[in-house]
Amino acid sequence: MECQELHIPDNPQYRELKRIIEEYRNVPGPLIQVLNRAQRIFGYLPREVQLYVSRELNVPLSEVYGVVTFYNFFKTEPVGKHIVNVCLGTACHVKGAQRVVDALANELKVEIGQTSQDGFYTLSTARCFGACGLAPAMMIDDEVYGRLTPGKAVEVIKEFQKNETNQN
Amino acid sequence: MKKRLDVLICGGGACLSSHSQDVKNKFIEVLKAKGLTDEINLVETGCMGPCEMGPVMVVYPDGSFYVQLTENDVEPIVEEHFLKGRPYQKKLWAAPEARKIVEEKRQVPFFEKQQKVVLALCGKIDPESVDEYIANRGYEALGKVVTEMTPEAVIEEMLKSGQRGRGGAGFPTGLKWKFGKASEGKQKYIVCNADEGDPGAFMDRAVLEGDPHSVIEGMAIAAYSIGADKGFVYCRAEYPLAIKRLEAALKQARAMGLLGKNIFESGFSFDIEVRMGAGAFVCGEETALMASIEGKRGQPRPKPPFPAQKGLWGHPTVINNVETLAAIRHIILNGADWYASIGTEKSKGTKVFALSGKVVNTGLVEVPMGITLRELLYDIGGGIPNGKKFKAVQTGGPSGGCIPAAHMDTPLDYESLTKLGAIMGSGGVIVLDEDTCMVNVAKFFLEFSVEESCGQCAPCRIGLKQMHDLLEKICEGKGKMEDLDLLESLAHTIKATSLCGLGQTAPNPVLSTMKYFRDEYEAHIKEQRCPAGVCKDLISYVVDESKCIGCTACARTCPVSAISGAPKQKHRIDPSICTRCGSCIVKCPVKAIYIGPGAVKREVESKKLHLEKTL
Ligand SMILES: Cc1cc2nc3c(=O)[nH]c(=O)nc-3n(C[C@H](O)[C@H](O)[C@H](O)COP(=O)(O)O)c2cc1C
Ligand code: FES
Repeated sequence: MECQELHIPDNPQYRELKRIIEEYRNVPGPLIQVLNRAQRIFGYLPREVQLYVSRELNVPLSEVYGVVTFYNFFKTEPVGKHIVNVCLGTACHVKGAQRVVDALANELKVEIGQTSQDGFYTLSTARCFGACGLAPAMMIDDEVYGRLTPGKAVEVIKEFQKNETNQN
Repeated sequence: MKKRLDVLICGGGACLSSHSQDVKNKFIEVLKAKGLTDEINLVETGCMGPCEMGPVMVVYPDGSFYVQLTENDVEPIVEEHFLKGRPYQKKLWAAPEARKIVEEKRQVPFFEKQQKVVLALCGKIDPESVDEYIANRGYEALGKVVTEMTPEAVIEEMLKSGQRGRGGAGFPTGLKWKFGKASEGKQKYIVCNADEGDPGAFMDRAVLEGDPHSVIEGMAIAAYSIGADKGFVYCRAEYPLAIKRLEAALKQARAMGLLGKNIFESGFSFDIEVRMGAGAFVCGEETALMASIEGKRGQPRPKPPFPAQKGLWGHPTVINNVETLAAIRHIILNGADWYASIGTEKSKGTKVFALSGKVVNTGLVEVPMGITLRELLYDIGGGIPNGKKFKAVQTGGPSGGCIPAAHMDTPLDYESLTKLGAIMGSGGVIVLDEDTCMVNVAKFFLEFSVEESCGQCAPCRIGLKQMHDLLEKICEGKGKMEDLDLLESLAHTIKATSLCGLGQTAPNPVLSTMKYFRDEYEAHIKEQRCPAGVCKDLISYVVDESKCIGCTACARTCPVSAISGAPKQKHRIDPSICTRCGSCIVKCPVKAIYIGPGAVKREVESKKLHLEKTL
């Protein structure tokens, strides 16, 4: 890629990222930790953020990109307001997790990895949250919902969205 | 001051998600309102084990075990039990007959066969309080080691204990430390592997959430033995609570001088940093894990050199699993002989298993090595729910295999499991019943390994994909008998030629299911039939019109509107729309919906019919 001048907007998000990078400056091997924090700030890792991290940490962009694409946790596309993460781990699988995902995909009219039309949910899948005792399980953001059926899962996401809309 | 009652409410991940927090808050509120806070000690603990029954709570000294609590139970429990001394029967753990209510934790069969060492304090102490840990002999082992023992003596003790690593491979801990100590280098590291990537395993999570100091203490002892002054805990991002509790514990340990410079005035210095993973299964492999700590792509490299020779940033590094490390202090405190007296000849000590899948009591159990699968499953696990038939257990996750009913009396130790083609792995035990299709399970694991392959070596990257595609073909009813031979030969080649443990073990689930459940493979291939009724292309849902009462329950629940029929009329399922989600079967009040042959079989049959007609 040609060497381009990066225009970084001076906004609170980038200022926060800058602060974090300073915090990690003397830590060995900081890249993954910084990207983790950056994703928490921006919700995902757009190209500009990767460029910024690359420049600030003095790590080639190719390496940053390599790391971002290697790990499932890093997202390069914007995500919805909330992430519905359905576990497809073994315990959940044998208790019918695939049916739960299918029902949710059908309800939200998305495929796995996509965001619903209204931008409210991104449907995603994961491999085990260690809640196998409650299989099949899913998470909405950091909250685990267990012992699901396809019908119950759909109810949960409807209820969740309703509650949040009512609050606002 | 010793309080009158200790009330331990489980704050493990599973109980949290069945809202133990709300129950706890309600207790705080009610105890305060009744002025009981001075008499009753309310503690939130780590996972107690029986997750299926959550939220759970134990009251000492009488040992009443409450299950499935809700906020509404709080008032009556406080009123009846805490004030009047009569345990609240409604939510006590009940035996099958309602009257035989088990009142004491010791008598719950789930606990009878267990021997808690690593999990001893999980669920008993407040994981955020270092004082409670210390009150239970916490950091005593570290103190003893750094002030009274030489590193050589510690390693000798570990060798004598016979402890083997709990991360999967079962390598003797003492030997690993010995190598670490022997390696030349001023800078050395100790790493705790808390990646716990095997789906179905959650013991490391429970230890970190329930007793984080035991891991810190184990790491410090390991560090002293090999001469390291810095440690890392590599924890997966999916465990935010574990990370939070660990960070809190580290802070407390530093504040008390149990980490940092000159620990116990012994001249030994050591500190720990937590590194968070980013969702890559292969990072559980030790060389990939180190690459990831260094901030790189988590790609494994060939061994040797072993990490103990050349590890993090090229320095000697000893990597141990969470459960391995959490047991160290017990070995030091109680002696190697005590530890070696538990278990079998070659597998010493206790092992934590995570029971999940089709079993009544899901959750964590800790048992002496060598207990039989039958004891684990029936005496502790309570058997298979809903009157279904047991089919197999799967152990060792994507690297492991399955054990069928015929081998129920196998002792659970490293050698016996390996001999059956199912490895100990990290200790996840997933129970499968008659409704599980073994071909589907094999395909499921390969899908996992294909996705998680780092892509460096061809056998793993390409070979596993080929195996997966063959399995997919079989599940769609398009397989041929030759495919089974091809699967087998691919499996052996991939095992022999892959770069790291992922590829070397990924074919195991296929080999193992082919060995014990070949008939199921053949049914898919020869008869286009899935005996368990799972593979979507080989089944259809059919309404038995002689039973259907036209209640419309199925049509209303169907997510894709595949069911037609007016009220009081016979209903029909359109197989071309139906996604086989199974919702209708569950809803039907008269069990009129059954699983019939799938489209592939119907097509084959109609062709046959057509052929016969034309002849
Ligand atoms: C693909 C793969 C994944 C692994 N995942 C884990 C894991 O999640 N946790 C773990 O402790 N060990 C895991 N291991 C084993 C580690 O490489 C290593 O052997 C272990 O951490 C050593 O600790 P121990 O001696 O205490 O068992 C994995 C190995 C492979 C090949
Ligand atoms: S397999 Fe789903 S939470 Fe473990």
